[in-house]
Amino acid sequence: MPGQVAIREVSKNYGAFVALDDVSFDIEPGEFITLLGPSGSGKTTLLNVLAGFTRPNSGSVQLDGKEFLTLPPHRRDVGMVFQSYALFPHMTVMENVAYPLKLRKIGKSERERRATEALSTVQMDHLADRAIQSLSGGQRQRVALARAMVFEPRMMLMDEPLSALDKNLREHMQIELKRLHGMLGTTTVYVTHDQREALTMSDRIAVINNGKLMQLDTPSQLYDFPANRFVAEFMGESSFLPVKVSDGTARLFGNPIVTREPWSGDHDAWLLIRPEKLAWNAPQQGAANRIQGTTREVIYQGDSYLLDIALPEGHSVEVRCNPHTAGIEMPEPGETVSFWIKQSSTILVEDAGQ
Amino acid sequence: MTDFAMSSSGSPGTLNAGILRRREVLERFSATALTFPGLILILLVLLVPVLWLFWLSAFDGAGDLSWANYERMGKSIYVRTFTTTFRIAIIVTVCCAFLGYPVAYLMSQSGRRLSLVILLSVLLPFWTSVLVRTYAWLVLLQRTGLINGWLQDLGLIDTPLALVHNELGTIIGMIHVMLPFMILPLYASMKAVDPSLMLAASNCGATPAQAFRQVFFPQTITGLSSGAGLIFVLCLGFFVTPVLLGGGRTYMWAMQIADNISLYGNWGAASALGVVLVVATALVLLAVQFVLRRAGGTK
Repeated sequence: MPGQVAIREVSKNYGAFVALDDVSFDIEPGEFITLLGPSGSGKTTLLNVLAGFTRPNSGSVQLDGKEFLTLPPHRRDVGMVFQSYALFPHMTVMENVAYPLKLRKIGKSERERRATEALSTVQMDHLADRAIQSLSGGQRQRVALARAMVFEPRMMLMDEPLSALDKNLREHMQIELKRLHGMLGTTTVYVTHDQREALTMSDRIAVINNGKLMQLDTPSQLYDFPANRFVAEFMGESSFLPVKVSDGTARLFGNPIVTREPWSGDHDAWLLIRPEKLAWNAPQQGAANRIQGTTREVIYQGDSYLLDIALPEGHSVEVRCNPHTAGIEMPEPGETVSFWIKQSSTILVEDAGQ
Repeated sequence: MTDFAMSSSGSPGTLNAGILRRREVLERFSATALTFPGLILILLVLLVPVLWLFWLSAFDGAGDLSWANYERMGKSIYVRTFTTTFRIAIIVTVCCAFLGYPVAYLMSQSGRRLSLVILLSVLLPFWTSVLVRTYAWLVLLQRTGLINGWLQDLGLIDTPLALVHNELGTIIGMIHVMLPFMILPLYASMKAVDPSLMLAASNCGATPAQAFRQVFFPQTITGLSSGAGLIFVLCLGFFVTPVLLGGGRTYMWAMQIADNISLYGNWGAASALGVVLVVATALVLLAVQFVLRRAGGTK
């Protein structure tokens, strides 16, 4: 199966600003991989390197074993869906989708047949003769998708394609894109800053920050075993408490912490607190990783409550709690609460770059 | 107590309807009234003289309808002037398109600083008097002028070239005057082209030349045709530059009008020429409109 991508030591800087710092990873054929990171992290730069719009300072990208980086963009045979859709306003829907085929010197009838086919895959064949200006955002999105896949590219690139759509349509299109990817099986590189979107759609997620690859893993691995504090912070709702490490033991407020995997680090670290991993009603004894504090504020948020809890040594933590699933009464402000984290879900993370 | 929602007295939906409608009419009128001074001015200085022109051209001294002034248009001198005028207008328009397009393109694609420098160098001559610029060309182009002097010093020519006091000089001078009218609308339409469209074209497999021809250029046709239409119309009635640089040999429509009045005192003939010029201009503008609508709508 074609579409195997090997990215090796790709670096790009704009003056003193480092956009990509020695990025290397592999993409398996047919994989849906998401580049996830905050704005300015370098995820779009990497996508543009793959598309050929940005020339890196050094590095190599091989597609199916052949060097790819030295090809001009028009000879790469990759389909791209732009954030702004970038549909040609002076062409109809059909002409837009048929354009890549026209450039490949495919005859008019064959061209229209394949364009119609691509349009029907995205349920847009009934609007083939429309002008681009008369389409809604979601419809433009589908036409852009059809144009990117009509020439059966070896790889699909998508630059935040759903960011201009409203929330409902966006969630609908996420499912649809996933279905389409399952159907076509084209290697896809997807850029987003929305972690939920990344979790929904990807086979694997590459978390990027400051031009560096932080972690490349499956969504569940990334969520449950973040490589560092940045990844943990970026994936899902999380709070952190400082952990002191000495003589091979990690301690929180002086009490030893029992982690899932034996902690081998020798730097001070952070205890990752995810609201859904917390257990309330801590047994009085025998509970490892038990944390006690004073409720400062209880905020009703519809499906759950947000608790602001003051902890020893001037720390505090905000955690979400659903009284039904937690099986407790909501505390009043000023009340003492205790919660604990099971050993199986206790994770320490270090700061990125250590 | 009156319950407005449940009111059964009178037909529903008439509450304050009269006064609200009056307010709306008044509001619309007061907004329209702002245009009255301009409308009156246009009526006085445009419509009245044009109608007067028609009157002068179509009625003789005794006040009888007469087409003599128009019949005279068939004479060879008029036909020659007419073709000269159109030929020069076409040449100047085409040259401006070819010279202006790259300048506008560079201006639209370069960074802020460079595009500002180019914009200024386009606008500075634009702000200078046409008369001054035309005399400057005389200095450059005449037999003993700078260009002939340099070419002779370099030994490229033996006798000075006839660069001015002919059609060539007229065309050079007019191109210079008209160029900003091409560059500015072109620049505006190029600036409006989404740069990601060019990336999309190359991603679809278009070479840079194909992307330019098939994606960029079609979207600048509106700018190109409005610039061309503007220049063509201005050229048809242009006076100063052909008088000074044409040396009396290049005889354009506006010069014919001027001569009819200042030499022969024949207002009727001059008016007929003016009417023909107005009609020709209107036809050209209609043609440009047609092109614009074709380019703006769906293909």
